[in-house]
Amino acid sequence: MTMIFGVPLAVFMGQLMLGLINGAFYALLSLGLAVIFGLLKIINFAHGAQYMLGAFAAMLALEYLGINYWAALLLVPLVVGTFGAVLERLILRRIAHLDHLYGLLLTYGLALIFEGTLINIFGVSGSSYPTPEALQGGLNLGFMFLPTYRAWVLVAALVVCVATWFIIERTRLGAYLRAGTENPALMQAFGVNVPQLITLTYGFGVALAAFAGVLAAPLYPVSPTMGSSLLIVVFAVVVIGGMGSILGAILTGLAMGLIEGLTKVYYPEAANTVIFLVMILVLLLRPSGLFGKEA
Amino acid sequence: MTFNRKTLASSIALAAATLVAGSAQAQMSDDAVRIGYLADMSGTYRDLAGPGGLEALKMAVEDIGGEVNGVPIEVFSADDRNSADVGANTVRGWVDQENVDLVAGMVASSVSIAVSKVLEEAGSLAIISGSAASSITNEHCTPNHLHWVYDTYPLANGTAKAVVDQGGDTWFMLTADYAFGHALEADVSEVVEANGGEIVGGVRHPFPTNDFSSYILQAQGSGAKIVGLANAGSDTVNAIKTASQFGLTQTGQQLAGLLIFLNDVHAMGLESTQGLLLTTGWYWDMDELSREWAERYFERVGRMPTMVQAGVYSSTMHYLNAVQAAGTDESQAVRAQMAETPVEDFFARNGRIREDGRMVHDMYLAEVKSPDESTGEWDLYEIKSTIPAEEAYRPLAESQCKLVQN
Repeated sequence: MTMIFGVPLAVFMGQLMLGLINGAFYALLSLGLAVIFGLLKIINFAHGAQYMLGAFAAMLALEYLGINYWAALLLVPLVVGTFGAVLERLILRRIAHLDHLYGLLLTYGLALIFEGTLINIFGVSGSSYPTPEALQGGLNLGFMFLPTYRAWVLVAALVVCVATWFIIERTRLGAYLRAGTENPALMQAFGVNVPQLITLTYGFGVALAAFAGVLAAPLYPVSPTMGSSLLIVVFAVVVIGGMGSILGAILTGLAMGLIEGLTKVYYPEAANTVIFLVMILVLLLRPSGLFGKEA
Repeated sequence: MTFNRKTLASSIALAAATLVAGSAQAQMSDDAVRIGYLADMSGTYRDLAGPGGLEALKMAVEDIGGEVNGVPIEVFSADDRNSADVGANTVRGWVDQENVDLVAGMVASSVSIAVSKVLEEAGSLAIISGSAASSITNEHCTPNHLHWVYDTYPLANGTAKAVVDQGGDTWFMLTADYAFGHALEADVSEVVEANGGEIVGGVRHPFPTNDFSSYILQAQGSGAKIVGLANAGSDTVNAIKTASQFGLTQTGQQLAGLLIFLNDVHAMGLESTQGLLLTTGWYWDMDELSREWAERYFERVGRMPTMVQAGVYSSTMHYLNAVQAAGTDESQAVRAQMAETPVEDFFARNGRIREDGRMVHDMYLAEVKSPDESTGEWDLYEIKSTIPAEEAYRPLAESQCKLVQN
């Protein structure tokens, strides 16, 4: 049997595959953060809570309204995204002219409120969301048994990531957005409704988090605290990739998934810390992040 | 304040009268019996004890009539947030300022150990219902606390022994990388090897871990028949869910959960937990007495009680009955009275309190039902066998407790 650093090749390949899947997930979540920070300069600490709201909305929709997974995949991001847009309009806008720290504190407070409210109603054990029928079972890849649902998560997350990157970097709408945040006065002079654009962008970022939440629902217990544990890792990914860099968030997310996956084989005790080690290294050697513009 | 000879004399007389008086009223420490409920009310362990345990405690107080020996029973509660510091400080405040007589609940073992140290100085009593560490009544035993529902010893001894006996003789351990996980792993390894089994591999995962797919893949690659889960709470839930997604049980391997609560199984659903073997101190549907109490609890809380919540009721009731029988709330007299009285109620069978503070009682080996076998939302376990009280817990002969003469 071929061995790679003392681990059979098959096991090694399996771990790489899992790392890639987790990485796609990190990419999707950090992408939302990067869009919101890159374009609006808001450090969205409510991102984890919004991801959790996505999973919860999917579960409640199934339980009480009979809305299935596929419909939820479309509807939940819309609903939660709209909710995010309302938050931006009513609350976040009032502090847009202040230092970033105020936004961080405000969104953190909102996250705690969402989490606390749901803990009060549903408890912390969470409940399980059934895997949609079409995606049950698994594929035998020869080197591992891959549950179909995980393969689907990989594909769906990558498609959404690439589409988002394309919209922001390659379309006219994306150009408006980037210009609007660079020089809002000038854009408004050209007749573009910049405040509306900002509301929509925040809503879009939140919708991405909610989409990730729906994808996660069949994988992990749907519980009010599911977002807070993930948020820190995702922030580390964004910092490594370079705050606000969209391509950076996607590529770093994938890379961190792989690095974490390999750590789980060779030194599992450090699996939760390895990303932060990378973050420290990057901050020491390249403070603006791997893909960030030099400040 | 004027303090003349007459008042001095009369207060001495009053004090003397209190000392010699035989009436129960006079022996109560003050005008009430005060019980403080300390538990994780908002974090990982909220659902296994938390507000539900407080409700169970209030049920016991109501069932005894809200008063004992003519004085009212007052209930306090606080969130320890799974922090030993927070727990110890709360309890210090309770005994210093509120004259709390009994501290109940308690989940995280670190909190329980810290609280019992405080109470050993202050002199009040604690009954621990939620904690797992068997060291609580071993090297950490004090005259001021009792351990009620379960501990790691019967968990390892019950589940691991049953699994090895059924032919599961090669094990892969999935261990939470902190004190509790290590202790449980050690207990399990000892039991597995003592019964002719073998530990063929293992991985220590960080606490807490969200994604277990990598570890499950390693367990699959190990070729072990049994994957033992020496973790708790959300880690166990995540591990089992992931194992089910990766078809671990379909390929002939079996999971052995070592610390699993009713709320965990309820959260995961039967689809991913069916066939899981576990050891429990109580199950709501195990007989008529249990069902009767559980239905009353359900009416108030809307969920079926875990063994910890049932244990809070059982232990509080035993305590209050002892206060009544002893005619005092002085902690050592009550403890002696509690130890003298066998514990036999809807919760405990063949129960008695040993000198190390361990309440030993029958434990049960249960198997999680399949979705087809289950007839309702909370119809989750089938009790396979009873582990007699005297076999379930660590024998006193092996005890390192300072209260035990070896």
